[in-house]
Parts: sequence; structure tokens; C-alpha cells
Amino acid sequence: MTTVFDKPKSLTDAVFHYCPGCTHGIVHRLVAETIDELGIEGKTIGIAPVGCSVLAYNYFACDMIEASHGRAPAVATGVKRAMPDNIVFTYQGDGDLASIGLCETVSTAARGENVTVIFINNAIYGMTGGQMAPTSLLGQVTQTSPYGRDPKTQGYPIKICELLATLDAPAYLARVTVNNVKNVRNAKKAIKKAFQNQIEGKGFSLVEVVSSCPTNWGMTPQKALEWIDEKMLPQYPLGVYRDKGEE
Amino acid sequence: MANYEMIIAGFGGQGLLFSGKVLAYAGLLENRELSWLPSYGPEMRGGTANCNVILSDTPVGSPIVQQPNVLMVMNTPSLDKYENDVVPGGKIFIDSSLISRKVVREDVEAYYIPATKMAQDMGVPTLANMILLGAIIANTGCVQPDTIAAALHKVIPARKADLFDVNMQAIEAGKAFVS
Amino acid sequence: MQEKVLMKGNEAIAEAAILAGCRHYFGYPITPQTEVAAYMAKKMPKIGGTFLQAESEIAAINMVYGVASTGKLSMTSSSSPGISLKCEGISYLAGADLPALIVNVQRGGPGLGGIQPSQSDYFLATRGPGHGDFHVLVLAPASVQEMADLTGLAFKLARKYRMPAMLLADGTMGQMMEPVCLPDPAEAEEKAPDWAAVGTGCARVHNIINSLELSPAVLEQKNIERYERYAIAEKEEPRWEEFMMEDAEICVVSYGITARVSRNAIVEARKKGIKVGMIRPITLWPFPKAPLLKAADQVKSFLCVELNMGQMTEDVELAIRCKKPVGLCSRVGGMIPTPAEVLAKIEKANEEGG
Repeated sequence: MTTVFDKPKSLTDAVFHYCPGCTHGIVHRLVAETIDELGIEGKTIGIAPVGCSVLAYNYFACDMIEASHGRAPAVATGVKRAMPDNIVFTYQGDGDLASIGLCETVSTAARGENVTVIFINNAIYGMTGGQMAPTSLLGQVTQTSPYGRDPKTQGYPIKICELLATLDAPAYLARVTVNNVKNVRNAKKAIKKAFQNQIEGKGFSLVEVVSSCPTNWGMTPQKALEWIDEKMLPQYPLGVYRDKGEE
Repeated sequence: MANYEMIIAGFGGQGLLFSGKVLAYAGLLENRELSWLPSYGPEMRGGTANCNVILSDTPVGSPIVQQPNVLMVMNTPSLDKYENDVVPGGKIFIDSSLISRKVVREDVEAYYIPATKMAQDMGVPTLANMILLGAIIANTGCVQPDTIAAALHKVIPARKADLFDVNMQAIEAGKAFVS
Repeated sequence: MQEKVLMKGNEAIAEAAILAGCRHYFGYPITPQTEVAAYMAKKMPKIGGTFLQAESEIAAINMVYGVASTGKLSMTSSSSPGISLKCEGISYLAGADLPALIVNVQRGGPGLGGIQPSQSDYFLATRGPGHGDFHVLVLAPASVQEMADLTGLAFKLARKYRMPAMLLADGTMGQMMEPVCLPDPAEAEEKAPDWAAVGTGCARVHNIINSLELSPAVLEQKNIERYERYAIAEKEEPRWEEFMMEDAEICVVSYGITARVSRNAIVEARKKGIKVGMIRPITLWPFPKAPLLKAADQVKSFLCVELNMGQMTEDVELAIRCKKPVGLCSRVGGMIPTPAEVLAKIEKANEEGG
């Protein structure tokens, strides 16, 4: 009998704590498959943030470091400078990367640190129970925008890929999503490229994964995936915003 | 050997900290106990600046000089500020090209050296500080004359080594003025 | 030991850190400690090390956290307002049991305060700079020589106890030059500690550097174990210097620049026949409680001399179990007491007796 589908080696046997229908599980798998395929499990060091993926250190089988809220890119900088031959990645949500840690995000990208950033954008603070995120959509109802996000008082969503594309240093900036099979395959390609770039010393690579949060969006998992197409992607168009390898 | 507690004061940019450093390095070469403490802050250039230098035969306690026995001043505000702090019998070295008034106190020794004018005449207008330093060394014997040259070599960065000779000339001019 | 050279205190810290084997420095500009960064910026690229001017104090301490996670020595330096910003990161270092060095060249506060010397971060440093139950090792140099020596010691103790260490200096110590004999270079780093995140090499279960623990029972146990380590440090690591204490009837307690000022005052007081000496804490955490308690049976009173509103007096009172009066001679805001001011307080204490 041949095995046609298996758990990646780079994931541990720990059971995910993520909510049913959450896309974290898919992205974890894509990252782990990438690490397996590139044969870098033994030298990869991952950095988990504060947010829903705070426990990612239990799920990835490589060495892991838990960072304080928003500081994963700074921690990654320290690790990479100390261990330049290792592969260093951060895995961060929108509150972590685009709000409290925006300074670290922009500065690490501007320095062109040779690290890989996986950015989960689901337009909400999941772990704390559904508050407005810097990436929440206009009109989006959350615990802290109960009347819908109002640009007059709560401003506009931050588009991270577009923002970082104003910088000279980043090697690769791509926005993907995982709401259907085709998109998952594309996401995998982008994530693999972001790791491959690091192996080749190309510099800062970030993949923004437009994700769903059925629990805090108040939707069924299926409806949440549809909502990505209907609402999220018009605000966050998929595509490659920087690819130095292709330029 | 006596203990020297010195304040070197004037405007930022007059080379006051440098003069102090030369003394401190000379002290190091003579294996003396010593400390050098600069004023620090936003006044990098043009504001008031000073440094405290202590040369001693016993371990230096506070590096802060409150009652100097040697005061070197290169502007009037510094003379106004420190004149009364000098211990009775102490010495004040004044750049009389820049400070027109005389020392009021009668229990201290005042030396008026037109250092800035002398430096201009010598073609080294930025080295008035070293002329005053030469006068202090010659008058007080706070450090040995031969260690000064070695100290200068330590303080002048290698890329500016050509400045050594003019600095020595300025020091010699100061010595000659008070001898 | 190398030959005696003349160095600024801040430069002595930087050179001593390099000699101790530190190859990773992260900082953010702030007066009066910029010489540390400037020295590192010049030197690190030449020896294959890292100098990085971070985007913020917060980023700098987290870069330190990243290096520390790999088991290597790293450091940051700042001054009081910057240290407030680093406190979050220091708490995470403590929570993850990581060794690292934080240099605090103190200036007057609170808020933006001033830029002149201060010791007003005594509480911040000794009570655990950040949220949670923890301590950092706190060393207080009183000379440029100690700026160098205690930098090396801080790294050594930080590694030994897996704790962050703070070198608690002040603007005077940072700016002054004195002769200093630098130590010989430490031996090259051995292999990474077994807890470090350096890649599994596919040869072991993954290491996790972490301060999160959602089980109260487990988190409690981690805190208890950490304090068991602290207890060993409190027993074995207090360091202090005694000056003219043999027959002293008044004990001055002072550290850093004020210990230098006090020394002058004590010499003057002795000339007047006043039996006064000094216990100078070199480690502020662990605090040298034992010599103070012993002195409490000998002297009539204690006099704390420091550049804050009397923060250390609490530790002295605790150490001597309130057996004798504890006075205070202090200036704040960047002011430094003169030896005459300290002498006046010593004379007053002498008149008042016990």
C-alpha cells in the first residue's frame, strides 16, 4: 500500500486548538510542507507571535521562539544575525504585524533582513474575542466597532503588501488566500518562494494570507470562505507586489 | 607631588576637553591617579563647556571638582562662574585676549596670557588652549614636561598626526610666556 | 590583564563586552550613553559581530531576546527613558530564562526628565523591571575600571543563573575617563547550550523559548523554580566593598558616583575625628544584606547617599531589620551632592548618635 497523503514531518503530533473552519490549519500545513520539501527542518527556527497563533510553537516541529506582541520581526532579526546560516520565519496575525508591531514590520522590511514572514490577515483580533483590527473592512461589525468600522473615527484598513511595496529592500511581497483548492495551491507556491528566497540570501520575503475567522465573523466556515471572495479580496487584491527574482 | 584639581572652562569648540585629555594622558604616563570628567549635553559647539581633571597621588574620590586649585578660563562667563570656587592660594590662568576683566580676589594668583592673540600671531588660531596649557604646565609642574609630548601623541588621532608639531609649538609658547 | 589605558566609562563597557565574547549589540540613540553604540558601530563590523541601530528601544531589546534565544551573548544599552521602553522585553527575557545584558546609564526622571546623572532607576532595576514576579542581576560600577569589570561579570552571572543582568551606571560614570586595565579576552564560546533555539539538526525534539504557560499550576511551579535559582544568587553573589569600617560608628551606604563623593566626605570626617566608614554595594540585586546586618551591631546609624529620593533606604532598613536609624543624603534631578554636603550629614548623624 502506498501512502498518498500524510502529515508533514515539520508538524508535531499536537492537536491544533484552532476553531473549526479556521484557515490557520491550512497555512500551518503549507509552511510545514514547504520546510519538509526544502529539507530545512533541522535548521529552521520559527517565531510565534501573540494572537491566535501564539501556540504555534507547539505545532511546528522545528525550534521555536515565542515573541512578545508585535515584536516577532525584531526577534527574527536577532536570531538571523546570530545564526545567519539558519532559516528564520515569523508567523503573525494582523493585530500583531499591522498594528502593535507595525514599526518592527516596516523597519525589518526596510533593512531587507533575510527572513520570511507569514502574515495572516483575517481582518479581526481573534484570540481576544473579535475586536477591530487595522485590517478590518469599512463597515465591518466587531466587538469594538459595533456600528461598523466608520472611517471618520476609525480610519481605513491598512494594506500591508502595498505599504511595504513602497520600500526598496523587500525581495518578495505577495498576497494569497486559501479559500479554495486553486488558491491553496497558489498560496503554497508563494510560501515556498518566500522560504527559497531566504535560502538563496535574497532578503525580506512576506506572504500575506487573506484568511477567515468564522467564529468572530459570526459565519459558518463555508460562508466565511465565500465572504473572502465577496468582501476581503476587493479590498485586498491577490497578487505579487514585489518579486526581485522576476525583475 | 601635590594634588591638582583643575577646571578648564570656556566656550564649546575652544578645545577645552582636548586640553584636559592631554593632561589626563600625561598623568596616565606618569602612573598617577587621575580622572577626567567633561560637562555633557546639547551644547556641542558654542555653548559653555568645561572639564574637570584631577591628578593625584592617592585614589581619586569624587571626579567632580568643586574647589579647583587650578582654573583655566577662556571666556568671561567661566571666570564669573568659577572665580569664587578656587581655593585660597589657587591659580587662575586667563586668556586675556578674550577676557577683559581682572580677577577680583586677592588670595589667588592670576596669570593673564593673551593666548588667542598669540595663537593668531603664530598662525595657529585654534591652539590658544594649548598655549594656556603650556603656561599651566610650566608654572605648576602638574605634569613633567617630557610626558606632555608623549601624551600628545596619544591624544592626537593618527590621521591628524601632522598637528603634533604645531601643538607642541603652542605649548612651548605658553611655557615661555610665564617663564 | 592588559596594559593600563585611559577610557571613558561608556567605552570601557563596550570594549569589556567584546572581550567577554559579546558579538551582538542592538541600541537606539539616547544621551548620555551614545558612546557605547558609537564604539560598537566602529568595532563590531571589524570582528564579524553585529551592530544594529534598531528602530526603537523596544525593537532593540527584542533583537537581544532573539540572539539570547540562540544561547549567544548579546546586549543593549540605553538611559532611563529608554529602559522604561525595554521593560516589556526584559520581562520576556526573565520569563523565558534567557541571559542578556542591559546597560542603563541613568539620567534624571521621571518622564523625559533631564540628561544629567541620576540613580533614580534604583527601584526599577532592583524590583524587577517589567511585569511579573522576577529579578534581574543589578551591578553598580563606581569607577571606569568597574564599568569594565562588572560588564564581564554581568555576562558571566547572567549565563550562570539564566537571568538578564543590568549594569546600573549613571551619566558621570559613562562620561568620565579614568585609567583602566581591560581583562584578557574570554575563551571562545563553547557549543550552544542544550536549551537554545539553534535548529534541531533533525537530531532532537524541538526546543521552545517561551514565557507563556496557560496552566496556572505549571506557571506557579515555574515561578517557584525561578525563585529557587534567585535564592542561590542571593546567597552566593552579593558583592560589596568596605571602606574604613573597622571602627566605624556611622556607616555610609552608597553606590556609583555618590560612593565616590562619599569617600571624600569620609576622609574629611575622619580628619575631624568622626568614626565613619562606608559599605558600598557593588551588586544592588542581590543586595549585600549580610554585611549591613553585621554592621548594625557595630554602628550607631546608617546614612544612605544616593541620587534619588531615598529608594535604597528601604533596602537598608530591611537588611538591618530596622535595628538602627537610616538617614538620607540625596540630590535629584541631575544634581550631585558635594562632599561638603555629605560631610554635613555625617556630622549631624554623629551629633545625633544612635
